This record gives sequence, structure tokens and C-alpha cells, in this order.
Amino acid sequence: MPAKPILTLRVNGEAHEVAVPVHKTLLEVLREDLGLIGTKHGCELGECGTCTVLVDGQPVLSCLALPVELEGQEIVTVEGMAPPGQLHPLQQAFAELGAAQCGYCTPGILLTSMALLADKREPTRDEIRQALSGNICRCTGYTKILEAVELAALRMSGEVAGGKHGRGATA
Amino acid sequence: MMRLPPFAYLAPRSVGEAVRMMVDHGPEAMFVAGGTDLYPNMKRRQFEPKVLVGLRGIQELVGVRGEATTGLVIGAGTTLTDVAEHAAVRGHLPALATAAGLVSTPPLRNMGTIGGNVCVDTRCNYYNQSYQWRRAIGFCMKKDGDICLVAPGSPRCWAVSSTDTAPVLWSLGARARLVGVGGERVVPVASLFKDDGIDYLAKARDEVLTEILLPPVDGLRCAYLKLRRRGSFDFPVLGVAVALGLDGGRVKTAKIVLGAVASRPREAAEAGALLVGERPTPALIAEVAEVAARPSKPLDNTDLTHPYRKKMTKVFVARALRRLAGLPDSPRDEEEVA
Repeated sequence: MPAKPILTLRVNGEAHEVAVPVHKTLLEVLREDLGLIGTKHGCELGECGTCTVLVDGQPVLSCLALPVELEGQEIVTVEGMAPPGQLHPLQQAFAELGAAQCGYCTPGILLTSMALLADKREPTRDEIRQALSGNICRCTGYTKILEAVELAALRMSGEVAGGKHGRGATA
Repeated sequence: MMRLPPFAYLAPRSVGEAVRMMVDHGPEAMFVAGGTDLYPNMKRRQFEPKVLVGLRGIQELVGVRGEATTGLVIGAGTTLTDVAEHAAVRGHLPALATAAGLVSTPPLRNMGTIGGNVCVDTRCNYYNQSYQWRRAIGFCMKKDGDICLVAPGSPRCWAVSSTDTAPVLWSLGARARLVGVGGERVVPVASLFKDDGIDYLAKARDEVLTEILLPPVDGLRCAYLKLRRRGSFDFPVLGVAVALGLDGGRVKTAKIVLGAVASRPREAAEAGALLVGERPTPALIAEVAEVAARPSKPLDNTDLTHPYRKKMTKVFVARALRRLAGLPDSPRDEEEVA
């Protein structure tokens, strides 16, 4: 039997002790051991971006990351984007503008966008496109995704009012 | 869920410790840095190491040091994102920033390292497939089989060198520091590769690539162009790296290195020599591009057709040289600009 080291992972601000075989990927541990099924599995080979999570604020592919390599680092999944019962401005904008069709790629795209907006308050369309160039949407709803990121950016920088029924300049 | 095969994971804190661990565990062990190429390959059972020696925790491998004017030193464990965004790399070695920034996708570049990209496994349509796919076709000699499915009469493997950064580093005259059980050595990046799809790296199993040493930038101009189907994700099916040392409008040194056209990066030395001592005029560039395409011998084992990739070698070499010479990309546009 492979060894099962006990690891402490910081996920969404909480420390979790897990005892899992070392060859289990972060994606598997999040979904199967921590019950955080918001992170989706796509190609599992680093070719789609669906399983993207943030590690110390940077988008990484959880299907190619080993928990043993991530102890002490801050992991954020889609469940940790906003407090329970609330939506992050990105989630709000995606919902309002219909930027999710089947929704499967959405967690990865939301987190990648969140990392982008932490770095650049008002990214250009090209910068958004570049940041999201590792996230495939097979419904091909890209235009609405780009518009939703732009709307969220405007709201987060306070230039456009948010709110459930708010409509931004790009809506 | 496509799962990794079981293995033990060792986390050395120094290069010396990593080397000793590799020696202790012999052929069953492999080094892993970012894991972005190794882990997918392990999921497809292209590699089944019993022990992984992880290099991520070794601080001395990470970071860009020194000055461009005296020669930058890039730790092999520096992520591709950090190389692509580094101010001195962008400012003085734009071809390297471009190549690092074109590897795969943003999240993958946050994980993958420049050392990993230099050493990245060769690729082939008959090899980078699931175990079941490979079994159904009878396996190839690179893993589990005994013939090359691209060239069945050939005694060797023709898998393709798929690194974006190595052709650029070669064109710049970079050197690599390798540390192994027998001590350390510094070799030209150009001598790191062998012309064999299986045994493609001239690096001992226990050696760690620790640093890339760049020469001082002194009137050096460089460019990298990458051919692939999509603007993201894809490995190169052709890479063209060009570095020119210019002196008063004349070419002092010229290196043209082709990626993804063979099992190793390949220098178009004859073409480069044509430029030395000359002014890079449109006519000379066209001639050089013609000669540069000769060593480009792509086979039918990657994306896009191999005659097209061969043809694009000439186009990309001309385009890269024209950019460095301050000319528009295509001769067709020359009049408008002039």
C-alpha cells in the first residue's frame, strides 16, 4: 500500500488535515476528500483549465498539482470566492449576463478572472482574453464571459453600481 | 477520473540532497519540477516511476539573478510566468520572454519551469496518447513497443523536440549548469540535446539542470516565432529562434535555431553564416531563409501537415529576420512602408 502522509492544506481560509495517498492530485482531494465539488474535472491532463484553483493567488491546474507540494500555501476554490449565501461581483455579473451556459468551465473561469482583477483593476478586453486563454468553454460563450468580467471590474472599482438588478455599461 | 500511478514522493531541500536521492533510488526514480508535462504523461502511463524527487522546494533553483549587461542567470526552477514577465528578460532578451510566454497556457506557466521546458519530453502522435490507445495500435518503441510507427523501417525513434525555450537559449549562446554526483559542469545549451526521440537529452540521470547562464547582451537582437494550430495550449509544431549581433548595420554574429522539426533543436548554421559580415537586405534575407529551411525535416507525427511545416520554416525565418532588420513582415508590404 502506498503511504498516506497526513497533510495540512489551507483551503478557503480553513486548515484541513487530510490523510491521502501522495499520488492523489489536488483535484481528487478537493472533490473526494474535502467534498468541495465546485472544482470540476475536465481533461485531467492540463489541456482545458476547467479544474483551475488559486494557489497563493495564482491560477494553477488542480489536476496537475500534488497536495504534498502545496502545504503552507493558500488554496482558493470557487466555494471560497464569497461568504456563504453571497455572490462575488464576478459571480453576480456572470449570472446577470448569462456568461454561463452549461456552467462546467465557470468555476475555473471565475477564479482565473478573480486573479486577474486582483492584479489589474480595469483590464482591457485583450488582457482578459489573454488571462483566460487557458480556460476552454465548449459552449463557446466567450463574448458574454468577457463582458461579464468587464462589468465586474467596473463594479469592483466603484465606477458602476452593482446590485442584483444593476446593469453595467456593457450590459 | 484519470489517476496517477502510485509513487513515493521525496522533497529534498538542496540540489545536493536531490542528487543523492536520485542516486539512491536508481532507474526507478525521476526528477519532477512543475510536473505539467510529467504528470499528464504519468496519467497516460508513458512514465511509471516508483519514486519522484520533487525539485519545487529547492529555493536555490528559483529566481533570475545578475544584470543583462554582464549576463543574466536564470534558476532552472523559475516558473515560465516569472521568466516571461521579468523586466530585464523582456527588455534585453525579448525572444526568451516571448518563448516562455507562449508555452501552453497561463495557469500552466504558473506551474511549469524553464528547466522543465528545456528538458521537456519529446512528443509524437503515436506516443502522447492514453495507454488504451497505444495498446490498440500495438505500442511504439518509445514506450512499451519495439517499432517506430512513424517510420516503421527505422531503427530509431523520431519523436519531436517540443521545447519553446531551448531554441531561443541556443540562439543566444546560453549555457546550462548541471550538478550531478560527480560534481558540476557548465555546457552550452546547444550540447544538451541528442538526435534521438527516446534518448534526447545529453544529461546523466542523476544530474539536475540548476541554472541557465546567459551571455552579456551587447548589440544583440533576437526574435522567436511559433507555429501551432491554436493561439494557446498547443506545443510548437515549428519554432524559429533568431539572434543577430549587429555592428553598424552589419551582421557580426547570426544564429538561427529551429524547434520542433527534429528530435532536437536544430541550428541552421549554413544559413546563419551567409549573414555574417553583411547587411540584412530583403534579398539576402530571402536567400538565407531558403537555406535555413534545408535542415528542417519534419515528419508526419505532429499536428499540421509536414510539407506545410517545412514550407513555414522558410516563411518564419524570413519573417523573424525581417523584423530584426526593421522591415515589414512580408516583402509584399515593402512599398507601402518605404
